[in-house]
Amino acid sequence: MKDIAISVENLAKQYKIGLTKIRHDTIRDYVADGFRSLLGRTSLGTATRVEGSGNCETFWALKDVTFNIRKGETVGFIGRNGAGKSTLLKILSRITEPTTGLARIHGRIASLLEVGTGFHGELSGRDNIYLNGAILGMKKAEIARKFDEIVAFAEVEKFIDTPVKRYSSGMYLRLAFAVAAHLEPEILIVDEVLAVGDTSFQKKCLNKMHSVGKEGRTVLFVSHNLSAVTSLCQRALWLNQGRVVSDGPSQQTVSEYLSSGLLMIAQQEWPDASVAPGNDIVRARAMRLRTEDGRTTDIVDIREPVALEIDFEVLKPGHVLVPCIGLANEEGLAVFISHDHDPAWRRRPRPVGCFSSTVHIPGNFLSEGRFIIGAGIITEMPLKVHFDVNPAVAFQVVDSFDGDAARGDLAGQMVGVVRPLLKWSNRFMSGQLQSAVR
Amino acid sequence: MSKTQLSSLTTLVEPTVLIQPRRHLFDLDLQGIWAYRELLYFLVWRDLKVRYKQTLIGTGWVVIQPLMTMAIFTVIFGNFAKIPSDGLPYPIFSYAALLPWNLFSSSLSRGGESVVSNANLVTKIYFPRLILPLSGVLSPLADFAIALVILIGMMIWFGIAPTVGILMLPIFVLLAICTALAVGLWLAALNVRYRDVRYTIPFLIQIWMFASPVAYPVSLVPEKWRWLYSLNPMAGVIEGFRWALLGNQSPDVRVMAISTVVVVALLAGGIVYFKQMERTFADEV
Repeated sequence: MKDIAISVENLAKQYKIGLTKIRHDTIRDYVADGFRSLLGRTSLGTATRVEGSGNCETFWALKDVTFNIRKGETVGFIGRNGAGKSTLLKILSRITEPTTGLARIHGRIASLLEVGTGFHGELSGRDNIYLNGAILGMKKAEIARKFDEIVAFAEVEKFIDTPVKRYSSGMYLRLAFAVAAHLEPEILIVDEVLAVGDTSFQKKCLNKMHSVGKEGRTVLFVSHNLSAVTSLCQRALWLNQGRVVSDGPSQQTVSEYLSSGLLMIAQQEWPDASVAPGNDIVRARAMRLRTEDGRTTDIVDIREPVALEIDFEVLKPGHVLVPCIGLANEEGLAVFISHDHDPAWRRRPRPVGCFSSTVHIPGNFLSEGRFIIGAGIITEMPLKVHFDVNPAVAFQVVDSFDGDAARGDLAGQMVGVVRPLLKWSNRFMSGQLQSAVR
Repeated sequence: MSKTQLSSLTTLVEPTVLIQPRRHLFDLDLQGIWAYRELLYFLVWRDLKVRYKQTLIGTGWVVIQPLMTMAIFTVIFGNFAKIPSDGLPYPIFSYAALLPWNLFSSSLSRGGESVVSNANLVTKIYFPRLILPLSGVLSPLADFAIALVILIGMMIWFGIAPTVGILMLPIFVLLAICTALAVGLWLAALNVRYRDVRYTIPFLIQIWMFASPVAYPVSLVPEKWRWLYSLNPMAGVIEGFRWALLGNQSPDVRVMAISTVVVVALLAGGIVYFKQMERTFADEV
């Protein structure tokens, strides 16, 4: 009992959909919805209301969750979007209250659900270090002591007295992460902070997390980056629909998660806009994987091209919105990331309306196996992730052994993340053996 | 070396946090605010640093705002409407009232907006949520201090010496802040669920101003309605200011007592209501 850092017993959290998901409630909204239900049809955005009762549909974001975490353990939480991971971390961080159940936390806890919480664009880097440090729970003296270290880690010495609104997005993120990295809690909760930033930034984050784990602190880590989970965490919990499905060594949990039938998704649709991923600028409508001839599929012939369609709805004009995808293989390794660079919308703010963006993945490119595509919409300058659905689709690439794919007539296993059909050429040089000449 | 000392210290005092649904109405956890006093300090500090950024005349606005209001009041209420000012020059009569009034009104509107305008903090980090309305009502104190210096200048100009009552000034300031906090707590919590509150606050402040002796003296209020009038704590605060600074007739002790009781009741109710609502802030804001 002495070495337990966190114990969670039957934790559950219930949300009222009508109240939580519709933003900026005003009395006018209620009046407008009242009229709509009188007319007997619901428009986009209000579809979850139950007839008569108004706004009382509920769902359990978390149900009967029980586990213990020992001191010094690094534990990953995996699962699809909406599986309850973030809700769980929010409860453990005391941001929101559980509906039932209880959790005990032994030790100083710090949570990092976002880098740069409370950063203010008008303030200088110096001021923001103090402000953000205080928000994360550091004492003023502690921040002053670590100040130089933080600045050096962030590599922003020259700009420390410049307002952060003039920082590049990379500098901004480095500074934000630097403050967080100098927290010294006994328990650290981290939610998907690695989803932003360039690769060198992500590497820096991962290294820091590694060293934090090695120092014997307890780390709780949510990520869609499954390879980060397996490399950082000894143990992983897989959550699905608010319940713990699997709890064990991270390697084992991740492979169970990946091999579950849950992960074959040809398409996702959000007919109910109130629960669709997104924000008040843009939200997702649907994502689907299609073959060349327009069939929605989750099984793809290795030779055939395949296209991912992202349907989204722009709610506020004036933003440059860039659809992007990231493709990962079965081991969670990122194969590639691709951004929409269609000249029609590049650097152009989009008007309000519905869009469909399609990315074409060529045939004879991916290897056999299961792939997962995460899709989202971002604004690049300054970087803002409007939504990120992962997995958006998951599919199986199969080789029919017809002999005209890259594998040729080889029947055994072929390694490699990609399997392009490369051009080979041959020249017949001479009929004489060189060794015979010598 | 120091790092190992620190970590051994923190393991000695191991806090255990119990997370469960809040059961009692009066489970207020007020000592948590003391633990987070540095955050309160930094939020007020942020507010002050940011407020007049990217303006041409910066903190000049702190001076211009009350002076302009005073000029308008003097022309409209003093000259045109000929409202009596208890024998004092109208400009200083109204400025001495605008001082606590501006403190109160900006405290109230900042307090009422505090949770919604800090939604990014509420959804991402734990801290006692009461810190937010507290920081909202405290930050206008800096503007108040500057405006007070201007008043002293005006008093010298008009040749008015303060009375011993000036020692009571901090109490009137405290009463104004507590009134703003008491009402601000209700509004801040309501604002999370109903954004209508945001649009109601300016009207509330306007109506409240006309219900307070800012532009006119209390002596204008008919005697038989005074008791009702004194339910407004700002009436006592403003009369108190005029008395302490300008040597007006002293405020009625009964009026002050009623004001204080009203504020304490509102404040206690506000804290309980805020704590009750705060459980769903992160989900609804």
